[in-house]
Amino acid sequence: MKRVLGNKKAIALFVIPALILYTVIVILPVIWSVYYSLYEGSPGLKWEFAGLDNYKRLFKDKNFIAALVVNLKYIAIVMAGQVGLGLGLALFFRFWLKNFKNIIRTLVFFPVVLPTVAVGQLFVKIYEIQPNYGLLNSILSNIGLQKLVQPWIGQASTALGALSAMDIWVAMGFYSVIFYGALLDIPGEIIEAAKIDGCNAVNLFKSILAPLLRPIIITCLVFSFTGTVKMFESALALTKGGPGNATKSLSMYMYNVSFSYGKVGYGSVIAVFIFLLCIAGSGIINRFDKKN
Amino acid sequence: MKRDKIKLKSILINLFTTVLVIVEVYPIFWMVTASLKQPAEFVNKPAYALNDGFYIKNYIDAWTRGNMATFFKNSLINTLAALIFIVFFSVTVGFAVTKMDWKYKDKVAKYFGIGIMVPIATALIPLFQIYNKLNLINTRTSLILAYIAFGLSLSIYLITGFLRSLPDEILEAAVVDGCGIYKLMWNVVVPLMKNAIVTVLVLQFFFKWNDLLFSMTFINDTKLKTIQTGLLYFQDEFGSKNWGAIFASVSMSVIPMLILYMILNKAVIEGMTAGAVKG
Repeated sequence: MKRVLGNKKAIALFVIPALILYTVIVILPVIWSVYYSLYEGSPGLKWEFAGLDNYKRLFKDKNFIAALVVNLKYIAIVMAGQVGLGLGLALFFRFWLKNFKNIIRTLVFFPVVLPTVAVGQLFVKIYEIQPNYGLLNSILSNIGLQKLVQPWIGQASTALGALSAMDIWVAMGFYSVIFYGALLDIPGEIIEAAKIDGCNAVNLFKSILAPLLRPIIITCLVFSFTGTVKMFESALALTKGGPGNATKSLSMYMYNVSFSYGKVGYGSVIAVFIFLLCIAGSGIINRFDKKN
Repeated sequence: MKRDKIKLKSILINLFTTVLVIVEVYPIFWMVTASLKQPAEFVNKPAYALNDGFYIKNYIDAWTRGNMATFFKNSLINTLAALIFIVFFSVTVGFAVTKMDWKYKDKVAKYFGIGIMVPIATALIPLFQIYNKLNLINTRTSLILAYIAFGLSLSIYLITGFLRSLPDEILEAAVVDGCGIYKLMWNVVVPLMKNAIVTVLVLQFFFKWNDLLFSMTFINDTKLKTIQTGLLYFQDEFGSKNWGAIFASVSMSVIPMLILYMILNKAVIEGMTAGAVKG
């Protein structure tokens, strides 16, 4: 047994190629970003050591603060929507839905598999007001809600909300399937016993389901958090960050600074900041797990 | 009284189910009908109206003038090449860090775990510099390598989670029967891991097919663009005037995914509910 599973040559063959690739393409660039963040300009052109100047600049930069605020709002709305609605749907599938269970679960998962840019362009047309009303506005105007017809993604007040709604629409099916699996693992007897003892739906959820689902809720929150911190693809496809800076995320700002304006050093500071935000956020969410 | 209550409950459930299905499916259905409309229909009729006929020219426009055929081919090549390596590496590494016997296996598993936390944006600038020096900008290789490397962490995590629950006795029995390590991998471990492998394949397929950040950074040659960057380019090319062609191109990028999902949906949903993701 030991001879076979301790085969050094096989271990090396199994691990080393992946290890090299992963180190060069994932880990090394992260360290490299930290190093770049101490410089100013663009490598090869004007490239000067700047120490921590870039970091000092960061919090005085109005555009950065704006992107941070947009990104944080987006994380809060989308995380709550994806995980909350996902959980709600899973409870609905488990306790109320009797007919067509499989078909409905399949349909709800549908949007998860669509390419982001395609979804973005679809929603551009749904939200459109000019030159013709898109799907949403044409329905609103037809059912007598002309007042609500508005440029959903063309004005700062609704653009972020419209974007969040799209991303929640896409992903809630994903979370509902995960939660549904977790709910199936909870033995039916426990739930029956609680019902016989006169437990109502709210109490059943609060004192039995929620504690049992806690680890999986936390996993989903981390998943959703790491997904929303990166906010880029869907915003680019739907609004291109506009109008103005209303939906411009940290990643988009970083992309502009480093690739459009060529300020690689400063862009790297933002890149490092996104990484730290990702680690800090997941750390905070995970702490809720260790309390008990 | 009680009967009325039950009846009301079932009406509410049916109502909610209907709304849910409409919300999830109607936008996609609408897109397909819109892709078959003639230009005049967009102007003269409300957006929710059904298509008058089947105006296939939109699809022909998208396929030929819009280069959709090329974008499709590129996405397919990049994604499949990356998937083969991701599955291969995640099975071998996953096996080595759970079942094999060596000193640093826990450390290596943790090291691969870090990658789950790394946002693509953080690695993008240096990676661009590295590729630039190696003359890999504007090549398929650049995308495939990045896809593989960034797909490893989550896949290995899922595979190790699965392997930890696999009883050692099965392996022992095979070894006693005289199985060498490679035969053990191929004939015993891989067949046992079919579900976990399908989960990894499906998840990574969606991630890679949906990549935008890498492909818009490393590729600007139209011949090498993928579906995602292609769709963005398509929008610029056709502007907001040719609605039909845009809907057709979007539908074309969506339909293969839906077909694939229909075929695999049982495996996807089962793999995900079975707990591969729960870790």
